[in-house]
Amino acid sequence: MRKQLCDALVARAGNPGMVFLTGDLGFMALEALQSALGDRFVNAGVAEQNMISVAAAMARQGLDVWAYSIAPFCYARPFEQIRNDIAFHRLPVRLVGNGGGYGYGVMGPTHHAIEDYGVLLTLPNMRVYAPVFDEDVAAVIDKAGKDTQATYIRLGRGEPPQGYAVPDYAAWRPLLSGGGAPVIAVGPLAGTYIKAIQNLPAARRPNLWALSELPLTLNPPPAALIEQMLASGRIYVAEEHVAQGSLASELAIYLLERGMSAKLIHLHARAHHYARYGSQAYLRAQSGLDPQSLLNAIGAAERL
Amino acid sequence: MKSSLDAKRLSIIRSRLIRMHFESGIGHIGGNLSSIDVLALLFNERMGQDDLFVLSKGHSAGALYVSLWSAGKLTDEDLQTFHRDGTLLAGHPPANGIREILFATGSLGHGLSLAAGTALALRFKGSSGHTYCLTSDGEWQEGSTWEGLIFAAHHRLTNLTVLIDHNGLQGFGHTSEIASMFPLFERLKSFDIDMHVIPGHDLDAIRAALDAPTDRLKCIVLQTVKGKGVSFMENRMEWHYLPLQEADYRQALKELGGL
Repeated sequence: MRKQLCDALVARAGNPGMVFLTGDLGFMALEALQSALGDRFVNAGVAEQNMISVAAAMARQGLDVWAYSIAPFCYARPFEQIRNDIAFHRLPVRLVGNGGGYGYGVMGPTHHAIEDYGVLLTLPNMRVYAPVFDEDVAAVIDKAGKDTQATYIRLGRGEPPQGYAVPDYAAWRPLLSGGGAPVIAVGPLAGTYIKAIQNLPAARRPNLWALSELPLTLNPPPAALIEQMLASGRIYVAEEHVAQGSLASELAIYLLERGMSAKLIHLHARAHHYARYGSQAYLRAQSGLDPQSLLNAIGAAERL
Repeated sequence: MKSSLDAKRLSIIRSRLIRMHFESGIGHIGGNLSSIDVLALLFNERMGQDDLFVLSKGHSAGALYVSLWSAGKLTDEDLQTFHRDGTLLAGHPPANGIREILFATGSLGHGLSLAAGTALALRFKGSSGHTYCLTSDGEWQEGSTWEGLIFAAHHRLTNLTVLIDHNGLQGFGHTSEIASMFPLFERLKSFDIDMHVIPGHDLDAIRAALDAPTDRLKCIVLQTVKGKGVSFMENRMEWHYLPLQEADYRQALKELGGL
């Protein structure tokens, strides 16, 4: 999604108040933005703590501030700066993390971001965007750019099957419908499931929902999703994120507070426990997040 | 029109600081007394409408509040709420509510980067405003402070002045004995910055350093005394933490000339 990110930000670069900070990343991807912004494209160097505090201060002065790095260095290294300098002051800094989840798979565990939105959503005044498709990025940038609070944009790689007509961006989107229980997938992971389940018989085909915005308090689940869950008595949540601080845990609280319940089947990242590393697809499979794992989960649930 | 600061006014300001801390039963007095000269000077005679300040050493909030009081930005009633339930005047600066306080600080190592971002934003906006940042010497042990220095020096932020309250003492002893950066200013000099090392309780020396023209980032090391002005506090590490007892309070006021 980096190309789409660059295009969307270049389209905003005419705003003289826009500033883009990078932690020395974006080679072969963000040069067009650098040209468009001139000295308002600031390479802050390999110093993420400083970059985030600088971003906070610029937002405090009313500038339109975007801070970019690969995902783990965007939220984990400078967490205190995000907490103290951005969140406590309700500043609308746009944090952009590339390669959320296992996006930098074989690069190793330091480059994985599988607890990012859970960590950030413990902070006040924070909204998370996880675009599903490349086509979503422009809408997400536009929406985040209008936010009056801090945002974290978790970029990945859109993976719809060939020929799939990508629906317009929305926080919640039904991607497939059928007579099965609902499946909610966060971000690009949703796109990986389409091919595997679209040819299932309609009666068994799950209702696949893609979620792109958190927390739920700002984007409650649609009524149709709740109806599907109550009718089937179960709900599946798949996310490239550890269980702690996950959508599933947030959804469970959301439902129980409203007196609603269903069997929850959670497919999630399995932390940094592997002896060996591989691609994003490899690590998804190791975590039970790949399409086959979803099919197995659906089948297992149906035998219960 | 701002009024100039002199020794007599400074004694009154110090005494008000002592009273505020005594009435609230709160410590952190030593580092407040070491830094209050420059803070009072900035707010009373230096800073204009467009100038901004970041207190990186947030534990000297008391000196900041009393300096703002001395410049008419806070009232006596405001100071009486210091450290009490429902106050805006917390033990470290608040996130919102006082116009002159841009950022909540108290976790060390944030202020210089916040000030650098502020200064660069002012440059982008075409503002003539100047940003001042007061750090402690101990917080140069934080790696993020050096990140901020690298950034500010690289961008030649001539609209930023970095002030270091170099009293040589920190939470559990002498800075040079805990994680030595001695001599700190010699290490700072190796960056491409405009360095001034001055006696930190000499108002004229502070004025001269602030006024010195430069085409680089300016850094002023204020060689100060922790607990300055109160004999039994001067250069005593324990006054980083201790609150004042009644007898201490009376003695301190007597030495400072009272309110």
